[in-house]
Amino acid sequence: MISQKLFNNRIIFSVILILLLFAPLFLTDFRLNLLGKFLAFAILAIGLDLLWGYTGVLSLGHGIFFGLGAYAMAMYLKLEATGGQLPDFMAWSGMSELPLIWIPFQYPIVAIALGILIPAAIAFFLGYLTFRNRISGVYFTILSQALVLVLVTLFVGAQNLTGGTSGLTNFKTLFGYSVNSPASQMVFYFITVGVLAIIFISCRILVKGRFGKVLVGIRDGENRMRFLGYNPSTYKTFVYTLSAAIAGIAGMLFVLQVGIISPTMIGIIPSIEMVLWVALGGRGTLIGPVIGAVFVNAAKTGFSESYPEFWTYFLGLMFVLVVVFLPKGITGLFTKWKERRQKQNDTASIEVSKSYSRL
Amino acid sequence: MTEMILTLFNGISLGSILLLIALGLAITFGLMNVINMAHGELIMVGAYITYLVQNIFMQYAPEKYFDLYFILSIPLALIVAAGVGVLLEVSLIRHLYKRPLDSLLATWGVGLILQQLARTIFGAPNVGVQSPSFLNGGLELGSITFPYSRIFILLLSLICLACIFYYFYRTASGRRVRAVMQNRQMAECLGVSTRKVDMLTFAIGSGLAGVAGCALTLLGAIGPTIGTSYIIDAFMVVVVGGVGALFGAVAGAFGIGIFNTIFEFLTNATLGKVLIFILIIAFLQWRPSGIVINRSRSLD
Repeated sequence: MISQKLFNNRIIFSVILILLLFAPLFLTDFRLNLLGKFLAFAILAIGLDLLWGYTGVLSLGHGIFFGLGAYAMAMYLKLEATGGQLPDFMAWSGMSELPLIWIPFQYPIVAIALGILIPAAIAFFLGYLTFRNRISGVYFTILSQALVLVLVTLFVGAQNLTGGTSGLTNFKTLFGYSVNSPASQMVFYFITVGVLAIIFISCRILVKGRFGKVLVGIRDGENRMRFLGYNPSTYKTFVYTLSAAIAGIAGMLFVLQVGIISPTMIGIIPSIEMVLWVALGGRGTLIGPVIGAVFVNAAKTGFSESYPEFWTYFLGLMFVLVVVFLPKGITGLFTKWKERRQKQNDTASIEVSKSYSRL
Repeated sequence: MTEMILTLFNGISLGSILLLIALGLAITFGLMNVINMAHGELIMVGAYITYLVQNIFMQYAPEKYFDLYFILSIPLALIVAAGVGVLLEVSLIRHLYKRPLDSLLATWGVGLILQQLARTIFGAPNVGVQSPSFLNGGLELGSITFPYSRIFILLLSLICLACIFYYFYRTASGRRVRAVMQNRQMAECLGVSTRKVDMLTFAIGSGLAGVAGCALTLLGAIGPTIGTSYIIDAFMVVVVGGVGALFGAVAGAFGIGIFNTIFEFLTNATLGKVLIFILIIAFLQWRPSGIVINRSRSLD
């Protein structure tokens, strides 16, 4: 009985949260920074799982929403770093004054708001225009991937506006505080943990209620839901928009802690890697993606430190293995194990009662 | 005027390449509802086969027969890519049948492994393939030059299309493929071995990707990521074209190819990509299931 209570989801969540809150005591600044980065990814993974694990819509384009959030924050930081002057890459490409689309990003609150609103707006339009026409499944997945290709090409091409392939970096201050000092990195870490907790809890409330049931219904039988009087396209559009907004938040937290954003971090391969976090952790649960994101990225950091070229083999192999052998991910293994234990307990108690009756 | 004709020709040429790539994708998608994300890497296999055959000819064959390498590498690329495709189907995709999104992810993993394998074997930098001498130069009409290599690719894709058409609509085996495509369970009940049909179709689709890879060597240097640059456009062709009939793939490929080139000509390469994407989304508002709709009464 005690062991079963121990694995109650709420308890797992609290244990993880406490561990994360006390992590700064055990980790060096460098490792803490890495963990903060992984947690930013975990935030994104929750949003992606809401879309894929619960609603059954696979997006291979979340890197771009992440990137839009990250760029919004980076543009503000860049302007703050140059102190009202033109960023260096703009001067190099021969511009004399701040372009129109950069002007709102001078104000931190506007930049943060846009970092959430722009990805949400793009997702809303694409989602509305495709789901409305009942374009779903593989078709939508391909379109979402094409969106990445198009926007990344745009980011690389508009070098005078986005810094091209080298992206945006060399940030100095946020609200007047230095971005790179260990103290502010610590603050960013705690903010990330806080945001992760808030998003996790609100998504949990969302999926535990009737709304979540409708999402699962759409995943398992879209037409049945339609016959029952729900409009799946509204739900899908909403979840897609929501998960894009969450990805934008994750992107902003990422750029604060990593200090650089470039098109290679948001392209096709990073976008599809994000799907692996969810798949490996366990889709259809909220804790799974968090575990998956931290685990895969920790593995990636470990691999890249020692064998950079093997990471690609490993990544490819993981996709195949997870999909074929572990469709429910790590959390799936865990539930299976729990069920088996429970079954054993049940049979044991039956035998006991049998032996009693014999007496 | 000259520029317009040239743009149109380039568009048709791009369309023919996309057609060659998308034919295989469309067939396997229409039949098994599987999008093979490793398709781009099958193109790569074809391209590297051509490179290998060229190297062997350079070393062992007398110089005057050098041009023959290209003629030889087309069927070879077809066979090897088809073999890789069959291997993929037997070992992986058949186990993921009815899980289209999962098979998409798994095949992407395979593609990644193949790409890295090529990087390990041939090195990351691009390698050049010397075009056979009979494809150098171009056809001059007035002041316009049409490169022979692009004309050759156009002819090649038309020949492939004709072969596929003949196979699908004029042979018993092709009829079985169409039967499975239209109603898998009914075809099974009537004694069609869907397993064999799946495998065969997958082999054809993969083989076509190999041929496409061989053709791409005429246009520039080849590298491990040669397939990825075309593959998303080819997916778009499948989305726009719809599944179930060859005509959809043809119209989709040439439509996207021509519009892409025109947009890039009018604006620039980046903006052209944005415009074509918007155009595709707009087109899907009008015809959500693509140009050709496979009508059926089944719901899911």
